[in-house]
Amino acid sequence: MSPENNIVELRGLRKAFGKKVILDGLDLDVPRGESTVIIGGSGTGKSVLLKHMIGLLRPDAGSVKVDGVELSTLDNRELTRFRSRFGMAFQEGALFDSMTVAKNVAFPLVRLGLGSEKERAKRVEECLALVRLEDAGAKLPSQLSGGMRRRVGFARAIAHRPEVLLFDEPTTGLDPVTKDVIDELIVELKETLGATVVTITHDMESVFKIADWIGMLHGGVIVARAAPGEFRSLTDPRVREFLGRTVGAHQTH
Amino acid sequence: MSVLPFEGFFREVGRFGRILWRVLAWTPRPPYDFRELGRQMVRVGVDSLPVVMLTAMFTGMVMALQTFNVLARFGAERYVGSLVSLSMVRELAAVLSGLVLAGRAGSAMGAELGTMRVTEQIDALEVMATDPVHYLVVPRVWATTIMMPLLVLLADGMGIWGGYLVAVVLMGANPVSHMDNTFRFMEVSDLTSGLIKAAAFGLLIAAIGCQQGLYTRGGAEGVGRATTRSVVLASIAILISDFFLTKLLF
Ligand SMILES: Nc1ncnc2c1ncn2[C@@H]1O[C@H](COP(=O)(O)OP(=O)(O)OP(=O)(O)O)[C@@H](O)[C@H]1O
Ligand SMILES: [Mg+2]
Repeated sequence: MSPENNIVELRGLRKAFGKKVILDGLDLDVPRGESTVIIGGSGTGKSVLLKHMIGLLRPDAGSVKVDGVELSTLDNRELTRFRSRFGMAFQEGALFDSMTVAKNVAFPLVRLGLGSEKERAKRVEECLALVRLEDAGAKLPSQLSGGMRRRVGFARAIAHRPEVLLFDEPTTGLDPVTKDVIDELIVELKETLGATVVTITHDMESVFKIADWIGMLHGGVIVARAAPGEFRSLTDPRVREFLGRTVGAHQTH
Repeated sequence: MSVLPFEGFFREVGRFGRILWRVLAWTPRPPYDFRELGRQMVRVGVDSLPVVMLTAMFTGMVMALQTFNVLARFGAERYVGSLVSLSMVRELAAVLSGLVLAGRAGSAMGAELGTMRVTEQIDALEVMATDPVHYLVVPRVWATTIMMPLLVLLADGMGIWGGYLVAVVLMGANPVSHMDNTFRFMEVSDLTSGLIKAAAFGLLIAAIGCQQGLYTRGGAEGVGRATTRSVVLASIAILISDFFLTKLLF
């Protein structure tokens, strides 16, 4: 695929922490305007992979190209400008615990100087309503449950209407109804705003609902990448095992 | 913990230099967050004020007690006031307040920024077009650098007052001659050199605390380590830099 079609291109990505190799020559394309879902076992490096896409972690070797630009060639200021096109929701929320929920969601708007104070307040309300937390604006993060914090993190990630959205397990620990709300939101962000979405999730039901592409991380590389229909029929034993386990586990519950 | 291997020591010094450089580079750049600066100044000041005052007062009292007896052996007890005030103003108020602040404000910064690091709040800042040094470290460093001289000025007063209490009330010295001697040999440069030291210590305390916080790794345990190291390293830095500053300023 040509670089114009891929907003993120990872080539030969390698990352080790000490002696522990997490990513081992990983290649991945993230097509513009589509939804890519990354699956894989716990501790395989999915979060680490996501952090490379936005320059929070630097690879030991290999290249990270965003919109055709090699991230490692950017200085701090250029990287900052680049990042404003991204929104990221962290696995544990990463909310600023000294600020209210509303201030958290307004943070990217304030820092990027978007809108008047009134417009920002309106946008914050809007985003909180989207994740079904319209009453939580005045609360502090410490007063919220884990699932609520994650949803606030989600609202904060989408507040400034970024082109590229990175969601690290946005629905883990949510009840089925709220989970559906978030899944639908992801699809809507892609379809109405044309956003590119990269989501990490363990929930195979969500995967097939939101994915245009599914990539499976195993042993430091993407062992399979396919559209959902094709993915289901892959014969790779690692994929089969993962699908079998998670789908099976789901049915017995 | 207090005895770092040399390699670790040089790494810390390198990181400290980098943080300091980034603070200076970011300071002139907008947006200027004066509200946050004010908030941090209040926090640093209010957190440390009672302990700083108590420390200074009792130090003045003990010094008066010690020197009164010694000076009395050669009939020079009327100089107690001079001794107490000069030691406090030139040296002790700054160093003792610095050590107190390292324990209160410096450790708080290490713990707060360390927690933000391990809960990915620092990453979140970076993702949202915000440099953590600009947003978190710059206001803390300047707040501490500004508040330290103010605290030390109060500590000077408390120390002198403590000395007065002991010499005059306890030992029965003449109040007029005691006060006269307290200020007789003091020069403006004594005062300013103490305050310059205070500002330098403030800078060290905050920059070290923030540096330890930002470089925290390893969960709650890591935060604990960062907190301890903030205090230990800042205290060492105060004591070492005190020697060189004294050499430089006099
Ligand atoms: N900053 C770091 N320093 C050292 N090791 C790290 C760091 N970040 C991640 N790791 C290690 O890298 C491995 C992969 O971590 P990662 O968080 O990417 O897993 P994950 O696939 O997201 O798992 P989960 O599904 O449980 O979230 C883990 O073994 C983790 O201990
Ligand atoms: Mg993860």
